[in-house]
Amino acid sequence: MNENPMLSIENLHVAIDGKPILRGIHLSVRAGEVHAIMGPNGSGKSTLANVIAGREQFVVKEGSVRYEGNDLLEMPPEDRAREGIFLAFQHPVEIPGVTNQNFLKAALNAVRKHRGQQELDAVEFREMVHERIRLVEMDEELLSRAVNDGFSGGEKKRNEILQLAVLEPKLAILDETDSGLDIDALKVVAGGVNRLRSPKRAIVVVTHYQRLLNYIVPDFVHVLSEGQIVRSGGPELAQELEERGYGWLHAEETTYGEGARP
Amino acid sequence: MTLSAENRTRYLAAFEQVRGNGKRKPLWLRRLRDEALDRFLETGFPSLKHEDWKYTSMALLEKGEFERTAQEAEEPSAAEIDGLLPAGSARHVLVFLNGIYRPKLSRRLPLPAGAHLGSLAEALAGEIDGLVPYFSRSAGSAFTDLNTMLMEDGGFLHLGKHARIEEPVHFLFLASGGGRPVMSHPRNLIIAGEDSRVTVVEHFACIGASGYFVNASTDMVAGRNSVVAHYTVQEDGPGAIHVATLRARQEAGSRLAVHSASLGALLSRNDVHAVLDGEGAECLLNGLYLGNGAQHVDHFTTIDHAKPSGVSREYFHGILDDKARGVFRGRVVVRKDAQKTDARQTNRNLLLSGESEADSRPQLEIHADDVKCTHGATVGPLDEEKIFYMRSRGIDEASAKGLLTYAFGDDILKRFELPDLRRILERKLLAWLPEAHRVREFLRETGN
Repeated sequence: MNENPMLSIENLHVAIDGKPILRGIHLSVRAGEVHAIMGPNGSGKSTLANVIAGREQFVVKEGSVRYEGNDLLEMPPEDRAREGIFLAFQHPVEIPGVTNQNFLKAALNAVRKHRGQQELDAVEFREMVHERIRLVEMDEELLSRAVNDGFSGGEKKRNEILQLAVLEPKLAILDETDSGLDIDALKVVAGGVNRLRSPKRAIVVVTHYQRLLNYIVPDFVHVLSEGQIVRSGGPELAQELEERGYGWLHAEETTYGEGARP
Repeated sequence: MTLSAENRTRYLAAFEQVRGNGKRKPLWLRRLRDEALDRFLETGFPSLKHEDWKYTSMALLEKGEFERTAQEAEEPSAAEIDGLLPAGSARHVLVFLNGIYRPKLSRRLPLPAGAHLGSLAEALAGEIDGLVPYFSRSAGSAFTDLNTMLMEDGGFLHLGKHARIEEPVHFLFLASGGGRPVMSHPRNLIIAGEDSRVTVVEHFACIGASGYFVNASTDMVAGRNSVVAHYTVQEDGPGAIHVATLRARQEAGSRLAVHSASLGALLSRNDVHAVLDGEGAECLLNGLYLGNGAQHVDHFTTIDHAKPSGVSREYFHGILDDKARGVFRGRVVVRKDAQKTDARQTNRNLLLSGESEADSRPQLEIHADDVKCTHGATVGPLDEEKIFYMRSRGIDEASAKGLLTYAFGDDILKRFELPDLRRILERKLLAWLPEAHRVREFLRETGN
């Protein structure tokens, strides 16, 4: 295991429109690890995912986020992406007028250029996408359509995982990727993600339900409540949440401790 | 009444020149001009108090000392004309310099049987009485009246039954004043007979002119089952005032597409009035307008469903930057007899700056009960969600904004069915964008 965490979050406080959402998050993620962040609606899970990706509406009040030793909060979203951070959106955005494959190619070449790699030509790009698209069992016809334009909920989520597979990030964050998926689609998407697990890549799965974690089995589970991580543990914690729900979080005064982290 | 004593004298003098300039003119035409003159002198230019003009001030016209040019204008070179035309495919090109047809600058191709293409002046000199009913009487439009009283020339196209012109017909209206405030009033007449087919481009540009005034008027009839496509490319000079009016009457089963791209001029106003005057007629209005600096661009469209089972589609997109202002008013009238009408209208405006402005006014007047009519209008900046999504995939902010803006405009241009014209306009849209080079790079990278 690597000594230095890829992502290191310390005492992160974030507000939206003056309202505090995250209230002191501590989290570190190493290459090769899969972390699940669970919690009830409004606990701040999506905010955390989006702050890492660089959404600007969120104001960081306090704390730090370091990525590969650099101050992540200083970097614009495009630089984060080029440095290997990928957020699979909870609600993927429709971009009429820009075809899916053009978008994918522009994104890939922006990332490759930044990494000092040769940009792919049209043929190489097609071959690569042809291979990766099988991971998510997505209809190739969707490549020539505008990005997410008129896609079904399931198609949008597959498209996110296709982008993930093509861009090959170091840190992938899946924000409620399971929402709106039926069980078959969920298995396909989870299968795609599992094949992208690698010792060099970290994955953070943000989810409300334990369901997805039956298919993407995490190394660590963190429970977020009212903007703080209130418990951390192994995959069995997800099972416990499934059985007990989130109600007990408020009743039980559980404190987060450094000891919970391995 | 908004016509200063000075302008009254100026336009009267121009009228005298046109009416008395030698050529023998048919009596009906003199009457048409006289009537138009009487109305224009009475109404003058429309003011902001006029309901149809409340968002667009024509005060610039009141101040301008525009003159009809009798003198020889600076001749454009063949290369200058080539530079304005889509390269490659064959087309009939009629060039008008300050509104007057120039055969030597034009490029003519052979025409199929039953088709006549030429200048309106020639047609009028031939005393074609059959043309009388086709000229708009234009009650209520000061600019059509002004055009009628001062018209000298324009494009004339007549297609008999079953006649089909394969190549596009390109009317190129060039202003050339060498700094003088010239005005021209081109008048076009397009008569497409039963089952005929034609594509017409009206293209406005300038050669070494800036503060000029062009007031074009087109009358069109799309006969039974005809298929007519009409394009307007307006790239007038940065100081120009551009007014254009298209009046079309559609017969049963005809299909009319009216595409427009408004790129130039300081002040422009485009009126389109289409009457679906036969059962099952189809009408498409598809327009893009761009404005930056202090440009003001106004479109006023009316689609009049007069007969049953008509279909109309209207799409207008505006992109406004700096202190530019866009105005769109879209009237859709469904008359009592026009049951089973299917009409849809969309107007979307993208504001790229805090000081740009757009007014969008849909206006539905429905008198039939079994119809489908929808309309939608939006005004606003680029969607932050879309920008963030693109940035989160590694695309820089300026490119993301440029691409979204380009896609917004191209949504309209994609419906242009002339591929070479579409490509030219896509390049112009691209060049117009802030950060054009980044978007160009992206489109090249992705092989668009």
